[in-house]
Amino acid sequence: MTDTTNGEVLLELDGITKQFPGVLANDRVDFDVKSGEVHTLLGENGAGKSTLMKILYGLYNADEGEIRLRGNPVTISSPSDAIEQGIGMIHQHFMLVPTLTVAENVALGLPSSKRMLMDLTPVRQRIRELSDTYGLAVDPDSYIWQLAVGERQRVEILKAIYRDVSLLILDEPTSVLTPAEVDDLFETLRQMTRGGRGLVFISHKLHEVMALSDRITVLRLGRVTGRTTPAETSREDLAHMMVGRQVKLAPTRTDSTVGEARLTVRGLNVIGDRGTPAVTDLDIEVRSGEVVGIAGVSGNGQRELAEALSGLRPVASGEVIINGTDTTNRSPKEIRRLSVSYIPEERMRDGTVAEFSVAENLILTDHDLPPISRRGFLDFNQIKQVGSALVKRFTVKTPTLETPTSSLSGGNIQKLIIARELSGDPELLIAAQPTRGVDIGAAEYIHSVLMGQRAQGTAILLISEDLDEVMGLADRIAVMFEGRIMGVLDRAEATISRLGLLMAGVEEPNDSE
Amino acid sequence: MSDFFTATVLLATLASGIRLATPFLLAALGETLGQKSGVLNLGVEGVMLLGAYGAYYATLRTDSVLIGIGVGVLVGAFMGVVYGVVTLALKAEQGISGIGIFIFGLGISDLLFQKQVGTPTPIDGLGHFSIPVLGDLPLIGEALFQQNVLVYVAFLLVPALWFVINRTTFGLNVKAVGETPEAADSLGVSVDRTRYITIIVGNAMAGLAGAALALELAIFQQNLTNGHGFIAIALVYFGAWRPSGVMAGALVFGLIQAMVLQWKTLGIVVGTTASIVGMFPAVLTILVLVVVSRGTGAPAALTRPFERGH
Amino acid sequence: MLIGAVLAAGLIGAVMLLVLGANPLTGYAALIDGAFGGTKNLANSALKAMPLLLVGAGITVAFRTGVINIGGEGQIIAGAILSTLLVLALPDVPRLILLPSAFLFGAIGGAIWGGMAGALKSYAGVNEILSTIMLNIIAVQILNLLLRGPLMDPGEIERGSRIPHTERLSGNADLPILPGGTRLHFGVIVAVVMAVVCYVLLFRTTQGLRLRASGHNPFASLYAGMSVKRNVVLAFMYSGAMCGLAGVTLVFGSEGHRLATDGGATTFTGAAGFNGIVAALFGGLHPLWTIPASFLFGALLVGANAMQREVQVPAALILGLNGLVVVFVVASLQTRVRLAQIASRLRGEEQADLSLSDEASSAEAGADTS
Repeated sequence: MTDTTNGEVLLELDGITKQFPGVLANDRVDFDVKSGEVHTLLGENGAGKSTLMKILYGLYNADEGEIRLRGNPVTISSPSDAIEQGIGMIHQHFMLVPTLTVAENVALGLPSSKRMLMDLTPVRQRIRELSDTYGLAVDPDSYIWQLAVGERQRVEILKAIYRDVSLLILDEPTSVLTPAEVDDLFETLRQMTRGGRGLVFISHKLHEVMALSDRITVLRLGRVTGRTTPAETSREDLAHMMVGRQVKLAPTRTDSTVGEARLTVRGLNVIGDRGTPAVTDLDIEVRSGEVVGIAGVSGNGQRELAEALSGLRPVASGEVIINGTDTTNRSPKEIRRLSVSYIPEERMRDGTVAEFSVAENLILTDHDLPPISRRGFLDFNQIKQVGSALVKRFTVKTPTLETPTSSLSGGNIQKLIIARELSGDPELLIAAQPTRGVDIGAAEYIHSVLMGQRAQGTAILLISEDLDEVMGLADRIAVMFEGRIMGVLDRAEATISRLGLLMAGVEEPNDSE
Repeated sequence: MSDFFTATVLLATLASGIRLATPFLLAALGETLGQKSGVLNLGVEGVMLLGAYGAYYATLRTDSVLIGIGVGVLVGAFMGVVYGVVTLALKAEQGISGIGIFIFGLGISDLLFQKQVGTPTPIDGLGHFSIPVLGDLPLIGEALFQQNVLVYVAFLLVPALWFVINRTTFGLNVKAVGETPEAADSLGVSVDRTRYITIIVGNAMAGLAGAALALELAIFQQNLTNGHGFIAIALVYFGAWRPSGVMAGALVFGLIQAMVLQWKTLGIVVGTTASIVGMFPAVLTILVLVVVSRGTGAPAALTRPFERGH
Repeated sequence: MLIGAVLAAGLIGAVMLLVLGANPLTGYAALIDGAFGGTKNLANSALKAMPLLLVGAGITVAFRTGVINIGGEGQIIAGAILSTLLVLALPDVPRLILLPSAFLFGAIGGAIWGGMAGALKSYAGVNEILSTIMLNIIAVQILNLLLRGPLMDPGEIERGSRIPHTERLSGNADLPILPGGTRLHFGVIVAVVMAVVCYVLLFRTTQGLRLRASGHNPFASLYAGMSVKRNVVLAFMYSGAMCGLAGVTLVFGSEGHRLATDGGATTFTGAAGFNGIVAALFGGLHPLWTIPASFLFGALLVGANAMQREVQVPAALILGLNGLVVVFVVASLQTRVRLAQIASRLRGEEQADLSLSDEASSAEAGADTS
């Protein structure tokens, strides 16, 4: 790596084509990376950027095309080949073994550890040296499960530097970081490029792309639809290239009348999966006709909050009052009967039964009520009627009502869930990460549906890690950090920098600004 | 009952308890290794039956206990290859395919026994081997250090397995593959190769466990193991995936069995009460599982097939 | 695929026959003739299939709820014991009341034994495979205890032969023989009707929807307001009740009309608790398809006895091969499901969305659980 001079072409992908049954994931894609640069691969979910990088890292094999490293054609058919060629990859979800230490994670699979017995002393030594050089503070003897998300990412970067990669792929590396941590990461990445490494940065966050990239390649439907640099383009142009049409980056807001409190939470404490407090002394109120946003990096108690409110997780102390009824520690069923709907964060895990048909999923929460249930038997005519009405109203794209839900796209599965949850015009809606991972078209639609519900007087608690979304939709924004509300800002006073500080756990002085 | 609480009887019970713990221990250590790499093998019982029959039959024919042991291990290793292909190459669901292996072992060991042997014919079991010096210790010498060779092998495998898991690169790979196979794969550690090794070694140990049982009892019959293999799986949970914990569990079950036998010999339990005592290990297993089920430490990828790129 | 599994097992069986010095062709010819040749053999196959069908259809309910019921043996025994106790206590009750009551008690016995595994799973987190195996062992011991003790035929005690079985049970509880001159009895009808009941339960009722939802995705079921724990217990009780009914048919339809044990592990059940699993898997875990699947495996078992007589290879071969069928079926099902998943996931451009968002959510799950 050290013998590389900046500007030399490190990698060339030439005419890469990858066909999956029924879909062309990559269609003659050309892409190259020079040493010392950050080349961003931008595109919507499903545009083919992850497929392309998985081909480069040996996780998939290309049907056609050539990979050249420093001008020489190479075959990469497994991650070991990629590692041998000096390619590293930081995956969207961390490739770390939580029950092993930092040093063990770094040592895993190293050529030097092909020996029978394990000797971690030199590994620890080298980790300390690299930590110092790159400002990646981390204790080699900590277990991964003890580390915060930001620290884990440092371990991932250390793994790559340790292996002396000349080319590093970063797949959506900022999705779990606070704005301040993103700044630190970018500083480390710039230091790496100064040393002559080439970086591939995969993202869909336009402002980050503009801030970090030297060059940008945009993919849509498996094809390259644009090549540009930050100097020559704007966020709007990039969005246009990604989606293929003009998009509004901010949702249209409508008027609504704020009414009485629908959800009141006082002194809420909830215990997380690991037995530690996940939500601490939380107070919040949502009134009819308003959207209250919960911003924050995910993993700060948002999921536990939503689960406690919907009855899926016990409340340790405090009270939850919905429409004047105390629902603390009531069952999900009882809470639903109070006209409460919940769009869950993990739609594939919680929101639908993948193997069930679209129709079955549409009646999943009402299956035991008339008219669907008649003396314990299912009324299939009713199911069909209800199902087709909902599919039509919420424009769920599905071949038939009997289609297994798993074969729908992410955006359409989310529409299905929203159709079911909004079918009864709920008085309170808890929406967790409602547009995560869906395409821009579906996200726009979902935003407009939420705004419509707000206008009708639904109280909406919107939990989202997407700051643009929260700032676009919410009337008030509460920021969660380590289970606490750090502050609540009115829509008018919420800026990225103020929210970012709160997200990092920095309390605002009382006389703010 | 007072007959039971004499030094001689208690020491004899201890000695036989250690001996009876051996099949549990061997099978449970093998299962521990497999589970550490993320593979649940519910077929242990079937593999033990096949290993037991193989060892019994080979010993019957050759009069060599060593050949018997060797055959037991080989049968187990062969079943490991089969189970590896089924769960790794074909990615079959581990729970049910393990049951298939169990039913296969139950049927085939019975078939071969009926066809090749017919009537239960005793063999010369394992001779006892007194460890110099230690075996001559008063009282405990006889109980602990005048055992058959498989007892020593089983108990030496406890620190050996600990060492492999915690002090070797292979062990690091095993743990990584059992927790986060994607991470191991992304660093060039072959998930399948690691799991093939643990499955084959683990099944070979199940085969050895069957051999230990048959050679200890010096006999074979239909369903000889009667739940030993399943109890061994429970012991892995009991021992929280640690060799020393597994050993403790195996000793508890071995000692209980020895105690029951001793009670029968002494006439403390007779007739139909023997049936009540006979269900003791099963009841205990359920109780153990109730107590330890909340415990943590299960490899995160246990029973999850690995497929690159998903 | 499924036929392939049987053919593969059959091929391995042929090799084993060769190794054991028997002609596979003669052996299999005897097997097929013994299973299907003539009314009498067909009737015997149907009789053998009857407990497999009851067990198998019940097991589909458990499987569809996401739990594996390996406790058929124990649940059969529990049903047999409870119904036998009833008939021993009230031998003179008229048949029209006694026989249905015997079935009811059998179902209750099986449901209790199965429900224990369900409760252990739901409320104590005990792996159901291990608990059902242990409950099998316990049931066998209880059976042996009863038959060697309080329930032993007084005649056996008098004669001193002490064979562990009950006296001949009340004729009022005999399963009526169906017309047609075969040994086919009323139990066959019960089995088929109950398989249909299982189908209706699973696919036509709201409770069936809940059971299946719990089986496919317990998280989504909880989210939708269902109680997964309750559903698991219920599924085990239904499944156990079906096994209990099998126990009733095995006792009151037996030639000796008594409850017996051989003192070993398989007792009077003939491993129906395990073979029923094979039938259920082979029937694609669908209660209705389990009907022909059970008949096929019942026939195999009957034919195996004919084969044993013809080429002197013990019928245990079939149990062993059934184990292989389980392995092959699971392997091939998995392959098929996997292929279907990959195909559907990537069908159409938008589909790639799904796999990506799946990754995103599993990333979250990983981060949260680690």
